[in-house]
Amino acid sequence: MSSTFDTIANIIAETCDIPRDSITLDSHAINDLGIDSLDFLDIAFAIDKAFGIKLPLEQWTQEVNDGKATTDQYFVLKNLSARIDELVAAKGA
Amino acid sequence: MRLEYFQLIDRIVDLNLADRTISSEAMVPTTSTIFEGHFPSYPLMPGVLLIEAMAQTSGWLVVALNRFARMPFLAAVKEAKLRTFVTPGQKLTINAHLAHDGSGYAITEAKIKCGGKPICDATLTLRVLDFPSAELGQRMREIADRIGLQVEAPANG
Repeated sequence: MSSTFDTIANIIAETCDIPRDSITLDSHAINDLGIDSLDFLDIAFAIDKAFGIKLPLEQWTQEVNDGKATTDQYFVLKNLSARIDELVAAKGA
Repeated sequence: MRLEYFQLIDRIVDLNLADRTISSEAMVPTTSTIFEGHFPSYPLMPGVLLIEAMAQTSGWLVVALNRFARMPFLAAVKEAKLRTFVTPGQKLTINAHLAHDGSGYAITEAKIKCGGKPICDATLTLRVLDFPSAELGQRMREIADRIGLQVEAPANG
């Protein structure tokens, strides 16, 4: 996960001009880092390209809106890293 | 171009779903109130309308790929370059390629040429959402019919 986290932290730092050292495993992309939905599209695009996956943003959003998940599950960076690792593993399975 | 309706694409001339590419044509009208103000005695097609033409062509590509299941909306314009002036009466060829099909968004790379000469290019981000109303979906199909977008055609057709 740490290398996944480093990759997405670097993407966030570069895409949103956020100091890299302020981005931690426990950072919430929306609540702590202030990333809005449009900037998150840029981040999702960069993540999709970097990992060869398709982040299921719409599914996640729907789950949050339906009360089946919290934003923490997808947007706290340690959790986002874990979700990405799962997607990468599923792709290679 | 139907500038007064902000419908800039006259005709889809090529659609390749397998390659995720589209080509359209748009004739800049010889007269428009837009040219009376932009600029007085020196009419130029506004650059923002060239970007809009690329966005609309990209949008038709996304609509064709999802077969009218969802509606694209322009969300971001990057690396836009307006390379030369466009004047009334010129015929534009607009090409777009789907660079990435994301979850709820699409990235396209689009460009306009006139007589083979590069006019402008940009990378566009489109949000892809459910149609906000059935009527809009129907109206989009009507426009698609008018400009020759064959969405029922098989892939690569």
